[in-house]
Amino acid sequence: MKIGANFPAKTPEGPIEDKWTSYKNKIDLVNPANKRLIDIIVVGTGLAGGSAAASLAELGYNVKAFCFQDSPRRAHSIAAQGGINASKNYMGDGDSDYRLFYDTVKGGDYRAREENVYRLAEVSGNIIDQCVAQGVPFARDYGGLLDNRSFGGVLVSRTFYAKGQTGQQLLLGAYSAMNRQIARGKIKMYNRHEMMDLVIVEGKARGIIAKNLITGELERHSAHAVVIASGGYGNVFYLSTNAMGSNVSAAWKIHRKGAWFANPCFTQIHPTCIPVSGDHQSKLTLMSESLRNDGRIWVPAKEEDVKAIRSGTLKPTAIAEADRDYFLERRYPAFGNLVPRDVASRAAKERCDAGFGVNATGEAVYLDFAAAVIRYGKEKALVTHQDANNEALVLELGREIIATKYGNLFQMYEKIVDENPYETPMMIYPAVHYTMGGVWVDYDLMTTVPGCYAIGEANFSEHGANRLGASALMQGLADGYFVLPYTIGNYLAKDIRTGAIPVDTPEFAAAEKGVQEQLERFINNKGSKPVDYFHKKLGKIMWDKVGMSRNSKDLKEAIEEIQAIRDEFYKEVKVPGDLDGFNEELAKAGRVADFLELGELFAKDALNREESCGGHFREEHQTPEGEAKRDKAFQYVAAWEHNGAPKDANLHKEMLDYKYIEVKERSYK
Amino acid sequence: MSFISSSIGRKVAMSLSALFLISFLLLHVAINLLSVVSAEMYNEASHFMGTNPIVQFVMQPILILGVLFHFIMGFVLEFQNKSARPVKYEMKNDQGNSSWLSRNMIYSGLVILAFLGLHFYDFWLPEIQYKYIEFQAPDEHRYFAELVHKFENPTRVGFYAVSFILLMMHLLHGFQSAFQSLGVNNKFTPGIKKTAWAFSVVVPLAFVFIALFHHFNH
Amino acid sequence: MDLKLKIWRQKNAAAKGKIVDYDISEVSSDMSFLEMLDVLNRELTEKGDEPVSFDHDCREGICGSCSLQINGRPHGPDGGTTTCQLHMRKFKDGDSIVIEPFRAKAFPIVKDLIIDRSAFDRVQHAGAFISVNTSGNTQDANATPINKGDADHAFDAASCIGCGACVAACKNASAMLFVSAKVSQYALLPQGQVEREKRVTDMVSQMDEEGFGACTNTGACEAECPKGISITNIARMNREFIGSNLKS
Ligand SMILES: Cc1cc2nc3c(=O)[nH]c(=O)nc-3n(C[C@H](O)[C@H](O)[C@H](O)COP(=O)(O)OP(=O)(O)OC[C@H]3O[C@@H](n4cnc5c(N)ncnc54)[C@H](O)[C@@H]3O)c2cc1C
Ligand code: SF4
Ligand code: FES
Repeated sequence: MKIGANFPAKTPEGPIEDKWTSYKNKIDLVNPANKRLIDIIVVGTGLAGGSAAASLAELGYNVKAFCFQDSPRRAHSIAAQGGINASKNYMGDGDSDYRLFYDTVKGGDYRAREENVYRLAEVSGNIIDQCVAQGVPFARDYGGLLDNRSFGGVLVSRTFYAKGQTGQQLLLGAYSAMNRQIARGKIKMYNRHEMMDLVIVEGKARGIIAKNLITGELERHSAHAVVIASGGYGNVFYLSTNAMGSNVSAAWKIHRKGAWFANPCFTQIHPTCIPVSGDHQSKLTLMSESLRNDGRIWVPAKEEDVKAIRSGTLKPTAIAEADRDYFLERRYPAFGNLVPRDVASRAAKERCDAGFGVNATGEAVYLDFAAAVIRYGKEKALVTHQDANNEALVLELGREIIATKYGNLFQMYEKIVDENPYETPMMIYPAVHYTMGGVWVDYDLMTTVPGCYAIGEANFSEHGANRLGASALMQGLADGYFVLPYTIGNYLAKDIRTGAIPVDTPEFAAAEKGVQEQLERFINNKGSKPVDYFHKKLGKIMWDKVGMSRNSKDLKEAIEEIQAIRDEFYKEVKVPGDLDGFNEELAKAGRVADFLELGELFAKDALNREESCGGHFREEHQTPEGEAKRDKAFQYVAAWEHNGAPKDANLHKEMLDYKYIEVKERSYK
Repeated sequence: MSFISSSIGRKVAMSLSALFLISFLLLHVAINLLSVVSAEMYNEASHFMGTNPIVQFVMQPILILGVLFHFIMGFVLEFQNKSARPVKYEMKNDQGNSSWLSRNMIYSGLVILAFLGLHFYDFWLPEIQYKYIEFQAPDEHRYFAELVHKFENPTRVGFYAVSFILLMMHLLHGFQSAFQSLGVNNKFTPGIKKTAWAFSVVVPLAFVFIALFHHFNH
Repeated sequence: MDLKLKIWRQKNAAAKGKIVDYDISEVSSDMSFLEMLDVLNRELTEKGDEPVSFDHDCREGICGSCSLQINGRPHGPDGGTTTCQLHMRKFKDGDSIVIEPFRAKAFPIVKDLIIDRSAFDRVQHAGAFISVNTSGNTQDANATPINKGDADHAFDAASCIGCGACVAACKNASAMLFVSAKVSQYALLPQGQVEREKRVTDMVSQMDEEGFGACTNTGACEAECPKGISITNIARMNREFIGSNLKS
């Protein structure tokens, strides 16, 4: 079924460059006096939620913001490293809104909605202006102007950064904007509160049930609109680069209440992460994509060298140039080491599956900075009138430059792996990183539940089947600062006479009772296995069968296995402690319960999508060279409607038309 | 919140009073050193300080107030700072992050306070008694003899020496730290630190030297 | 390796806490400190005991959630490291490790090793922002060039993760390093000039109200700060504060 009469994507008419502007001009406005009468709940205070909360409060709405950490400043966005894109064209290398739009749609393998992506490109420049005005200390050149670097999948430099801590600086910027509104009393912040359910009154989202994680009490909060900005669900894989607490629950709860969940199988596996070291591993660590600006990725070309390396008798630095296989440069000469993430990850997996992995587990490739060190060292020696033929000097100078660019990442690597990446190549392997899929939203960012919005990584929108580096931060801030605060007016303009929403109603009572029952069920369960046992088990199935490359047989098995774990979970899980007071295991149990449902829908979606595109690779659908093979018939957004169990979910298709971009073979050769 | 009741205001007040006391210390050591060079010069300088009305009725009260202020504020801050951590750590391992000197200013300060008590008892009270209670005639030659007399007792000299070593320790942290409190931390800081270090070592040692000199020479 | 853990257990803010001993075996040196605690917690849960509560989230040294006073030092023995980045290879077989929460009046204990650092947030509410409308109608980002040195210093100050190790390390439980990092960031940037004086007075007075101690320049904060925030920031804050008081 095409998304039609009932749930239009509401994309405006007109030429793409004018759509957003003319739409904005026609959006219903709420007058300032009336805004004071309207409450908005924002769940999540990452880049998306934090910027939305601040902007909505600035406009005059009463905002209640929720996060499960002890402060908004700790949201997962803080961990983003590499940078944020914007089509400023400060480098004068031919960038434009159209080019950013084009790169994003192509990078997403033509599975994103054109209008949304264009709007994103259009407001991207504003984000940088806004952040600089807030005092975000982006990197600058000696002239005092903003510096840019390049990221994968594009041929221009449009990525703004603050060392390897861009997410931190942007989030602290949004946090400072929130602080200003908290001080003015326009945002009421609820830290260490977890949203447990959405409350719907007369078909509209009117509040949430939240749990105070310190006291364990359930609270009812009402509002005229509810915004979900709860981030991505990569932790369904157990091991990912996401923070430990990142979860799908808020998104899943609204899905169960009627919000469609789109493209759950579109997951980004990031090529440059530190490989798994053992069974104890609790999470994976990303080494920023920016490293691919200077690092070259390779494995040994000869199997005997692989054996020697694994047994420790050969050092990678001792392998001659001719015996190395720089497989990205070999396969994709145009983009080389800077191919998009999905392509780089699959290529690494392909080499490791063929037996060329360079660590004990056979799941690692090298990321080598030796060439860059020498290149930078020579350059520096020449510039400073020193001897560019002095090898030791060149090495020293080169390492210094690498340190100023990536020092914190190198240090992080050394702490974790206990090897010095200035001297020996890094070992990296792909890991789950980001989820392009998420709650389906229309052009206004509203879900299929009236009055319930989803922004940031939690929604499905701009990135199609694969996200380009440095675009998630851009999207989160665009949604929060510049899109939602306007589009929400369309809905709220009709609500100015409603008055405060009471919480002592049957709808709130019923939702609270449901939550209470689930919590009691966990605490009273007579099982013997901790929550993590099930989470790890789910993660392994997801990685092995629904991971980087998928096939119909595996996916079918995965669906059955996940169902079985879910049953076992409810029988066997053991949650220590009490209902009241701080209880992390209890919080985890609720999150894993939702992952166990999402996981199944995820596999179902992957099974349904009989094509390869972006991060979704179906072994049945590949070119003879092993590249992804798209299918025009699947040029749609798969939006799933909840209908009891995940297996019974109904599929709705939002067909994607490309009027401004020619759909081409996505080639990086 | 007023400046002086704020945490930074109090630090600033501490460091200003400290710098004032340090400048007094310099004057004091200079005059005392004269006693090593010549009894005559020492008597002259002491007499001037002891009879000049500006020194006696303006600078002396300021000095006393300065001392009192520095000590009282020191205690107030110490008390406040202690109460900022009501439950102690089971295990504290400070050696790795800060110097013993910096953490124990209150103790070096207390010993110096005890010493100042003795010092007042030894020199200042007799002085006041001599001049303002008994109204004895000014004698511009008595100072040197009195000084020498005080340094006869080895126990007193010992205590005197120990006190100045603690003053040294107090200064080693306190002097350079006063600049940080006043907001001075810039390219001159290494130089300031070196100078402060030299002062903190040399001045107390000079006092000890004077005491030993008179103890053994007379 | 086998280790003896001595961990502070406390049911809630009101309860009395105590150190409880646990033995843990077969700890791998590749584990992070928190992964070692995960193993302990799994064992406790399987035995039917309550696991040890501790704060953590990103596990890559950036969110500032993790805390822990380990063998008397915030974030443990390794310099420039958060607890989540501390690896067990820094310990030896047979070691005994004392694990406590960060302690300060302004950081009351929530449970076990979890503390309430909302005082930090309140200090930020008092003035850690630039009053600019979030509508995006600002000037072009490159309209005001900023000297690279100032921008870099502002960045260094801004890299504070709000973990509270500075307070935990300080004998006075002073929060000056944390507060000064934010004051410095804005004081160094042209955007921060308009509210410069009000910001520093408001933030300092909130800091004092929260019950943090006063700085006596021991330098412990700087030595223990996982992000290497320098105490030159404290000097700058003192300067700003004096200047602001002289003007008003
Ligand atoms: C290691 C790493 C590096 C990255 N680097 C980059 C990069 O360089 N450039 C780039 O563009 N992108 C990057 N990304 C992706 C990007 O960081 C994220 O997609 C983005 O930050 C998500 O922001 P968000 O606001 O949507 O959600 P988050 O920042 O994840 O925030 C989620 C919020 O929701 C709250 N929350 C969640 N569930 C609940 C609940 N049930 N109840 C209450 N509150 C809840 C949380 O407390 C939190 O406040 C990176 C991601 C990772 C993992
Ligand atoms: S200054 Fe350092 S120790 Fe203090 S909160 Fe910030 S990062 Fe943590
Ligand atoms: S868990 Fe985020 S800094 Fe340690």
